[in-house]
Amino acid sequence: MTKHMKDLGGATRRDILVGSAVAGTGLVVGYSVLPHLTGGAREALAAGNFEPSLFLTMEPSGIATVHITKTEMGQHVGTALAQAVAEELEIDWNDVRIDYPDSHEKWGLMITGGSWSVNWTFDRNSRIGAAARMALVEAGANMLGVPASECSAANSTVTHTGTGQSTTYSEIISAGPIDRTFSEDEMKAIELKKFGEYKLVGTSVPALDIPAKIDGTARYGIDVFVPNMAYGRIITWPTRWGAMPNSVDDSAASGIDGYIGTEIIEDPTGVQRGYAIVLAETIWAAEKAAGAVSVDWDLGPNANVSTADILGYAKKATADGEGFAWVIDGDTDAGMSNAATVVEAEYETSLGYHGMMEPMNCVAMEQDGVWHLFTACQWSTRCTAMTAEALGVEPANVVHHQQYAGTGFGRRLEPDAMIPAALAAKAAGRPVKLVFTREQDVMFDFHQSLTYQTVKGGVNVAGDLDTMVHTVCSAWATKRQAPGFLAESVDKKGKIDPFSTNGSDHWYNVPNQYVRSIENVVGQSATPPGQLRAVAPTWTMWAVESFLDEAAHAVGRDPLEFRTSLLKAVGKNVGTPPNTVGGAERLRNALLVAAGRAGYGVKPLPANTGQGIASVTSQERGSPTWTACVAEVHVDPESGEPTVRKLSIAMDVGTAVNPDGVLAQIQGSAIYGTSRVLYENITMKDGSIEQSNFDTWTPMRINQAPEIDVSIIQNGHYPAGTGEPVVTVVGPAIANAIQAAVGARVRSWPITAEKVKAAMQEA
Amino acid sequence: MAVLNINGVSHVVDAPGDTKLLWVIREGLRLTGTKFGCGIGLCGACTVHLNGEAVRSCQLQLSDAEGATITTIEGLDPKGQHPVQKAWLELQIPQCGYCQSGQMMNAAAFLESNSSPSDAEILDAMQGNICRCSTYARIKQGVRRAAQMMQEA
Repeated sequence: MTKHMKDLGGATRRDILVGSAVAGTGLVVGYSVLPHLTGGAREALAAGNFEPSLFLTMEPSGIATVHITKTEMGQHVGTALAQAVAEELEIDWNDVRIDYPDSHEKWGLMITGGSWSVNWTFDRNSRIGAAARMALVEAGANMLGVPASECSAANSTVTHTGTGQSTTYSEIISAGPIDRTFSEDEMKAIELKKFGEYKLVGTSVPALDIPAKIDGTARYGIDVFVPNMAYGRIITWPTRWGAMPNSVDDSAASGIDGYIGTEIIEDPTGVQRGYAIVLAETIWAAEKAAGAVSVDWDLGPNANVSTADILGYAKKATADGEGFAWVIDGDTDAGMSNAATVVEAEYETSLGYHGMMEPMNCVAMEQDGVWHLFTACQWSTRCTAMTAEALGVEPANVVHHQQYAGTGFGRRLEPDAMIPAALAAKAAGRPVKLVFTREQDVMFDFHQSLTYQTVKGGVNVAGDLDTMVHTVCSAWATKRQAPGFLAESVDKKGKIDPFSTNGSDHWYNVPNQYVRSIENVVGQSATPPGQLRAVAPTWTMWAVESFLDEAAHAVGRDPLEFRTSLLKAVGKNVGTPPNTVGGAERLRNALLVAAGRAGYGVKPLPANTGQGIASVTSQERGSPTWTACVAEVHVDPESGEPTVRKLSIAMDVGTAVNPDGVLAQIQGSAIYGTSRVLYENITMKDGSIEQSNFDTWTPMRINQAPEIDVSIIQNGHYPAGTGEPVVTVVGPAIANAIQAAVGARVRSWPITAEKVKAAMQEA
Repeated sequence: MAVLNINGVSHVVDAPGDTKLLWVIREGLRLTGTKFGCGIGLCGACTVHLNGEAVRSCQLQLSDAEGATITTIEGLDPKGQHPVQKAWLELQIPQCGYCQSGQMMNAAAFLESNSSPSDAEILDAMQGNICRCSTYARIKQGVRRAAQMMQEA
């Protein structure tokens, strides 16, 4: 799949052009295609070398549209990105719009995930806004006949400081062509506002996508219709991966009104081996026919695999020393042999289902040799390339039209609805709308890997944890999605998946540390792994944070004090600008805030109720969002049933571009993580997923949701991602609270009453 | 041919009587504010009003709905200004928004039957609607706020 990644570089070292071809046609801001054009924006526009939709378009009316190449899946990403542009553009927020352009290689890598969106673009978007403002100020000053240096901009208006004369952006854009080129060096030199000087960044402007989500007009992928389309319905495979239809008997479907036929189609990309796809004139006919058609299947290589086999492989591979090193610090052998106390534990997480409310879907249509895919997608670059491969056409001839996503959580990084929709449309010779059933969405997810981890720690005579040996065994999503992103191991012995190992390289000062990352090859084939919200830290932080508690208890220290004693900004944990400036002490501060808010250690608690603490630095060591949580959990002493009463969460986000948006992400991810650890389980038997709908896969509902207290810490540092970290912190905080409540330690997911009860009996 | 009264408009529908009402509404008549979530009546995304009651349209057939008055999110208020919608906007409740038509339809019907609910009653009434963005804290506030607006009106 490496070839799908060739456009990763995307837009890099190029000039920024701010211009309009002809007076009154509006202003566009974007990169030049040809580097270092000599003729400037106007000439480039005339020559067609300009990419007018790259970042920002302004109409003569003064309305500015910021073009968002990210997927809107509930994080209100467009609003936050537009706020960064508008802040420096000095435009009235009421004049700001957003849209979501079609996929094209000119955008570079089109991917949404990893809590990267704001973090990666804040500086760039600020500079784009500033460049446009500078061009408008220069043009406006020219119109007023005054030096630009004596003018300033605010609320879509350029004003001359001395005389008070002013002109609006609308008047400036309407008056004459603008032609301004900024070299890369000039862009870098622009002085941006600093924290404390913002007018729009840091305010909770209402999300631009919400009004359409109130009245039913928001269009999601599943809401797309094109003329003459048929409905496609995949016939459910008998195993998660590897089955191929041999033949189809559709005699029982032939009488269904609107039934067209059933196609057997091979998939050269390997997303599946192949499909039996029912085609019909209506979705209801497709649904009925899919139930009536019988298929003779080749079950493929995974027909005998169960969850126990995947876990069994993990344990054996770990014991056999497979895998490669991700962290080698100090001397763990010496640390372990000098330890006064050795603590050792195994941690497991179960297969996870994304559980998007909008199931996977796609409308595929061919027109004049170009394939059009209508759906929400988090990784247009990859998914259009793979669909092109399936169709046997050039990637440039596959265009993705972005729609609102009924959540994503990483699920929409995958092309598994686009490919069969396109193949079915090709076979049918007409457009096809294909919608997964909920059962298909559950069973044919790219699930979060089952994981198995071991942690062994050495506490020295002073009572400090100075040695950790950690193994992480999982299926490797990156190996399947983008092998080019696999990383050379620290011991140079092989490749490992950083996105399956991140988080084990934590920010605690443990001088002797070794982490080994192991691929679970059984899980890799039988349960093709995907990226699920918060990715590896979901499991690595589960192990690290559960283990720290266990180690603290083993030497009789308080879990909070034990953690903070290990969080000093020294050595490799000192931190560097922009993302990690402040280092480990930012995590310590978040812990102290969460502890303070929760009344950790001082709040009177009822019987069988405890507080547990955890802190995380998701997503990656290089881009942490310093996050801490105190969970208050009651355990029913008879049944072992845990009830999460309250989650007190503190997150250091540096700068919150939209504080209410950050709050919404924290509130939502706290429940998402709690649901994952308490209620959500996916298991495999005979190569097939045993759960199929909301009757057997049972996420948290409103009446089960705990109280959530949120503290957002802003200190003016660079904005950090906020959609994912809390998912990773609540699980260990809950497990640690259960131990505090009743002395029971649960080390696997889901944390059920039965497991708590069993652990209580062991304790 | 069946005639459906949806949002005050009569629609002639040419579909088998056993067609799921959900598919008639969203795929046939293209009132796409009503969403498909699970198909077994357990998530609430497809909630509409049938003679004023919140029902799961994936659990009804076209033939069940003939002669009834049906309301979808598009018809909850002519200007999208139902107190529930106003509360949802004011409190910035939707994230991805996919489940929210169903949440609002469920909340609106509930408030018609209980104009001043307790928190426990709200949680009980709303537990059939799953939100995977987990906007639950705000949904609870939103129902409370809408109740307040309805009482003030």
